[in-house]
Amino acid sequence: MHIVSESITYIFLFIALYLEVFFLITYFEFGDAPFAKALEDQRKNPKKLPSVSIIVPVWNEETTVLKTIFSLLKLTYPKDKLSIFIVDDGSTDKTWNVIQRFVCNKQIKLLRKENGGKYTALNYALEFVNTELVGCLDADSFVHPEALKRIVAQFDNEEIMAVTPSIKIFEPKGLLGLIQKAEYMFGIFLRKVFSDLNAVYIAPGPFSIFKKSVFEKIGGYKHSYNTEDMEIAMRMQRNNMKIGNAHSAYVYTVAPAGLRALYKQRLRWVYGFIKNAIDYRDMFFKPQYGNLGMVVLPAAGFSVLSTMYFFGAMVLSWFETLTTQIIKIYTVGISFNSFNFDLFYVNTDILVFVSLIAILGTLLIIVTSRKLAEEKNKFGLDSILFLALYTFICPIWISKAVYNVVFSKNTKWR
Amino acid sequence: MSWKKYAYTFLITAVIFITAIFASNYFSQKKMNEIKNIESRISVDILASETQFSLLSELSCKEISSGLLSKELAALGDRLSYTEENRGRDDPEVLNLKKYYSLLQIKDFLLMQKIKDRCGSGGANNGLFIMYFYSNEGDCSDCEREGFVLTKLREDYPELRVYSFDYNLDLSALRTLISIYNIDEKLPAVLINDKIYYGFKSVDEIKDFLPVLKEIDKQKAKEETLKTKQATSTKPK
Repeated sequence: MHIVSESITYIFLFIALYLEVFFLITYFEFGDAPFAKALEDQRKNPKKLPSVSIIVPVWNEETTVLKTIFSLLKLTYPKDKLSIFIVDDGSTDKTWNVIQRFVCNKQIKLLRKENGGKYTALNYALEFVNTELVGCLDADSFVHPEALKRIVAQFDNEEIMAVTPSIKIFEPKGLLGLIQKAEYMFGIFLRKVFSDLNAVYIAPGPFSIFKKSVFEKIGGYKHSYNTEDMEIAMRMQRNNMKIGNAHSAYVYTVAPAGLRALYKQRLRWVYGFIKNAIDYRDMFFKPQYGNLGMVVLPAAGFSVLSTMYFFGAMVLSWFETLTTQIIKIYTVGISFNSFNFDLFYVNTDILVFVSLIAILGTLLIIVTSRKLAEEKNKFGLDSILFLALYTFICPIWISKAVYNVVFSKNTKWR
Repeated sequence: MSWKKYAYTFLITAVIFITAIFASNYFSQKKMNEIKNIESRISVDILASETQFSLLSELSCKEISSGLLSKELAALGDRLSYTEENRGRDDPEVLNLKKYYSLLQIKDFLLMQKIKDRCGSGGANNGLFIMYFYSNEGDCSDCEREGFVLTKLREDYPELRVYSFDYNLDLSALRTLISIYNIDEKLPAVLINDKIYYGFKSVDEIKDFLPVLKEIDKQKAKEETLKTKQATSTKPK
């Protein structure tokens, strides 16, 4: 049994290290390309500015919706080329009244419908859209004034059918806020790498912009276990539609404040990922889907599996240590004179060295992602908290999501 | 998609893994060498002590100091059990070191007996010793707890020598020792003052079997009281 668990640990560590190396190689491969600078300049000053519609689905968002709309109005994009659709998905609070102040604004169109979920609100608005590009912005998110221009620049490449932004946490507060700040920056790195690999499999709700023709060709949003942003991206990938990433197009989102809210959000995400992965299982390990099928999707599945395995192993090891200590205290009482630091007892197992290298790789990713996120410092308190605590928090929702999938229990939006 | 990139990444990962294996082996070997060095030092110590003991046979017991017995035996035991836990008890190198350690313990025990025979319980370490037989093959549920008890006693009474033997170790000298004392496989077993006790024995029970420890406690308590009194009397009034 010991040999089996040890072998699994080594295999998992090897795969984890392989993926880390692969993503880092990809980042430096594309980041260091001689044309990268020229490409970036081109991105900042796009050749043409197509017409864009932004859909803001709202449901009981009376406190944040104004800030979201104002941020859209502040976008440095020609007003005659930017339309904003605010869809009230049957709010029961004062959201509809709050947005009435824009009723005379020619740029903004207010729509109202019975509550049916985010995807229905998006599809409803899509019926009114007649612009070249269309995107969505969740009502708990705000955009950087330059974000749209930077995204639109990506469409200079004719092959690109959708572009994802870089999402940052808006004014992170407290321990959980800081951990999420680092996590989102980590996400910026991954999204850039996935885009370089042509393997983006999520078009996040906050400000992913699509060519309108995408919906005409493959249809609108689906419920997809409340993760419609993942499903639409997977569907696009299956139809060989390229999704890009504008890593300098920042969108700020409000992080769930408490552990309960965060747990619910993440449970929905992970559950949605697993269910979508099951629905699109035919894309896994298929060379025709390129890096997405061969590396990125299997890597995402592996991350769920390995997190559960390593967390389980860690809990088991803690339990064993705790049991031994309890037995010891029960047998001989608390003893203080036995601690004696000796280099001999420093663990020099293979796992320790591999883990150290993996941690070094993670540190490199953190530093790189902070650079991408245009953070002032290379390392921050958020990075330390993320490294120290994230591994202990995320297994909570991952385990529950796996449980829900296995026992066919649905997850709710809120 | 680039198969070449997948292959390069695999190569880099494999190199990292192999480097980690080499690094781990290097440090592991260093630790084994440290154990070997300690064993060799103890072996020399015992040999030197035996020689010294024979040479100074004319000497009075007062002059046979406790320095005759190696002080590193306990540290060696700790290191060995840590290594055994990490490398596995079936590791041939660990088994060899363990056999050698057991032999050294037997030799140390014989030397101590010699001193005891000649000088009585007043010589060297007061002849204080416990022989402990355990098994780590999963058939001794109380061995772990007994180990805690003996470690605690060794910490509290540095003069107490605890000789621990793996009952299942394939070593002829150990088998002889087991047959001399007629020790059954009812583990854990402790041998105190030529008497065998089977099953888990607590700190207090062992103190009952080895009253010298209680004497030491009393002595320590007396010294403590004296120190406290002295401290109080020297306090400025």
